[in-house]
Amino acid sequence: MNLFAEAIAWLLDPLNWQGSGSIAERVGEHLAYTAIAVLVAIIIAVPLGWWIGHTGQGKEIVVGITGAARALPSFGLIFLFVMLVGVGARVPAAVVVLMLLAIPPLLAGAYAGFEVIDRRTIDAARAMGMTEWQILWKVEVPLGLPLLFGGLRSAVLQVVATAVLIAYIGLGGLGYDIVQGIALRRYDQMLGSALLIIALALLLDAIFALLERYSVPRGVRAGRDTDVRTTPTGRRATADNPATT
Amino acid sequence: MTWVVNNLELILQLTLQHIRLSLLPIILGFVIALPLGWVAYRYRLTRGLVLTLVGLLYTIPSLALFVVLPPLLGIGFLSEANVLIALTIYAVAIMARSVADALASVDPDIRQAATAMGYSSWGRFWTVDVPLAGPVLLAGLRVVAVSTVSLLTVGIVVGVQSLGYLFTNGYQRGILASVLTGVVMTVLVALLFDRVLAMIGGRLMPWTRASAQNTAAPTSEAAA
Amino acid sequence: MFAARNKGRLAMTAAAVGAALALAGCASGDPLAPETDPDAPSEAIVIGSQAYYSNEIIAELYAQALEEAGFTVDRNYQIGQRDAYIPALEAGEVDLFPEYTGNLLQFWNPDTTATQSDEVYAELVTVVPEGLQALDQSPATDQDSYNVTAEFAEANGLESIADLAGVDGLVLGGAPELEERPYGPSGLAEVYGVTVDFEATGDTTVESLLEGIVNIANVYSADPRIGQNGLVTLADPEGLFLASNVVPIASADLPAEAVDIVNAVSAALTPEGLVALNVQSTVDELGYAEIATQWLTENGFIS
Repeated sequence: MNLFAEAIAWLLDPLNWQGSGSIAERVGEHLAYTAIAVLVAIIIAVPLGWWIGHTGQGKEIVVGITGAARALPSFGLIFLFVMLVGVGARVPAAVVVLMLLAIPPLLAGAYAGFEVIDRRTIDAARAMGMTEWQILWKVEVPLGLPLLFGGLRSAVLQVVATAVLIAYIGLGGLGYDIVQGIALRRYDQMLGSALLIIALALLLDAIFALLERYSVPRGVRAGRDTDVRTTPTGRRATADNPATT
Repeated sequence: MTWVVNNLELILQLTLQHIRLSLLPIILGFVIALPLGWVAYRYRLTRGLVLTLVGLLYTIPSLALFVVLPPLLGIGFLSEANVLIALTIYAVAIMARSVADALASVDPDIRQAATAMGYSSWGRFWTVDVPLAGPVLLAGLRVVAVSTVSLLTVGIVVGVQSLGYLFTNGYQRGILASVLTGVVMTVLVALLFDRVLAMIGGRLMPWTRASAQNTAAPTSEAAA
Repeated sequence: MFAARNKGRLAMTAAAVGAALALAGCASGDPLAPETDPDAPSEAIVIGSQAYYSNEIIAELYAQALEEAGFTVDRNYQIGQRDAYIPALEAGEVDLFPEYTGNLLQFWNPDTTATQSDEVYAELVTVVPEGLQALDQSPATDQDSYNVTAEFAEANGLESIADLAGVDGLVLGGAPELEERPYGPSGLAEVYGVTVDFEATGDTTVESLLEGIVNIANVYSADPRIGQNGLVTLADPEGLFLASNVVPIASADLPAEAVDIVNAVSAALTPEGLVALNVQSTVDELGYAEIATQWLTENGFIS
């Protein structure tokens, strides 16, 4: 308890919240890197995933990318990219690596969101006379939102976790205090930072979990009937009590 | 690349070390996740708690976990135990979900038929549920293996030698070939584990080899 | 990732996390203390090294020289932080470790006032813990030093750190911990009246200096890139930095013959020689074993 008490004390010490390199600054840096990387990844991955899901072509790309991406050691990629572009461009290099990590879950989420939509729904939409664009925006995207947000959640957490390591190329973010603490033998600093990182990760996870849940279109039985996580509760659905857990 | 040629012995030694260190978390993770996932599947009340906890553990960044574990467990920060325990935790986090999903995917009719034929719960679990859940279990295990191999590289920052040494040492000396070799070898080792597991799965579950779907990668949930 | 879907589960999660933290009281002890392996064989001489390629080469020099003389050597390189290997040394798990006088003295006696090479070594010998001994220091040095580019030095007339006092817009680059070191920004201000901003540049400090991201860089004096890039090392008349000669730290019961061999190797290693070894590692990209064999052969330790 001693060490944790010291860590909390370090976190609450007002000196650590002032001046350059303050805890607030580190949190801000961390969130900035995460936001930029994820936003760029969204721009790249989501339209691609939607296109693959809508046309049904190129499924192997999604499977291949998701599988291969997991095998890439993000820690090594950070060093690799900085060495390739030179230390003057280390900020863009870090953002590119983080973006590359965010792409696979977003791609998979966008694609999976479309894939689980009942084909009959699409057929019905077509039968009603909707154009392809209308089907995309009025039917597929809303129905695919939950899984897309699931992918987004996964991407954000992946980036937040990896952004901790950019301290090893001299950039800021929440990993900086851990790296510095290791060399200075200050376990209160290391542990305080670690706890803060964990708290941030959990907070973001909760926020995106809520987004994921509330993105299910109103009045729609969640397009996750096939999701084995939702064990049937055994209750029968009534008009005012849908049988979702 | 001359650097590669000059340092083949070092690369080989680090690769073997990396393989050796990856094995324990994968196996231990599987062994621990099996009962955990079963509890989550069997008892609906605990399902939320177990899977939530396990999911939360996975969100913890690796370096932060390396820092938090020593005071919690009384182990050294700069120790192999620290890294191996952290990797095992991640393995359990991924695998427990997989086990719960796998067991849930078994057709209840088949279970009923087995019970009707006179199998005890215990016997039915091992001779019916597990084999039928096998493909999903295997998919989860492959994800765990690849993930563990990749994460082990971060252990170098707490002094645990692996292919991650090629990253930090290469960066320090400004040798691009070293870092690149480290990345390539890590991916190769991950692919090796993946292929070997797929092969073992094919041997243990010959009925799945007929269908091509068993080699499909998991969708976004399990990919997380 | 599993969504916590209702307040009940969130509450359970909070309780579980709270319980986990409460259990933290069970663990005691210093997490920075190392793991010691009680099964290490005692006949072989165990040589360790820092997570620093130059230190690894020096360790290998000792290792191969001892092997040539018939000793069995176990290598345990890249152990990393002093926190890890000093206690291992003290506990007898590692028998020999190449170190640097100034930095090591500061580790054991943070308030030391010694700065010159001989006084640092003299004081180091007195603070070495029971069970360890400091062998002879080598002429070779590898210490922190502040460097600027040749152009910057010329433009601002810089020869020593004191000359920085009048210059604006100074940005100091180095490892993240430099920010908090006594010879970092605070030391510069106190001792020389120089104010600097700090930028963590870590292993890419020299590149950052060359790219202009920082204009002063903390570079180890044995780093070959100082000479390769024509950097100017600023003189340190006030002794901000402690002199740091290479010094092997050994267990007190290291055999006398081994001690002699190690001392001989240390004596033969010159500052320029050390830089040359580092060049072979970073420029020629040779492995530490090959570099060591070459040097030992050239200097007559290996036939």
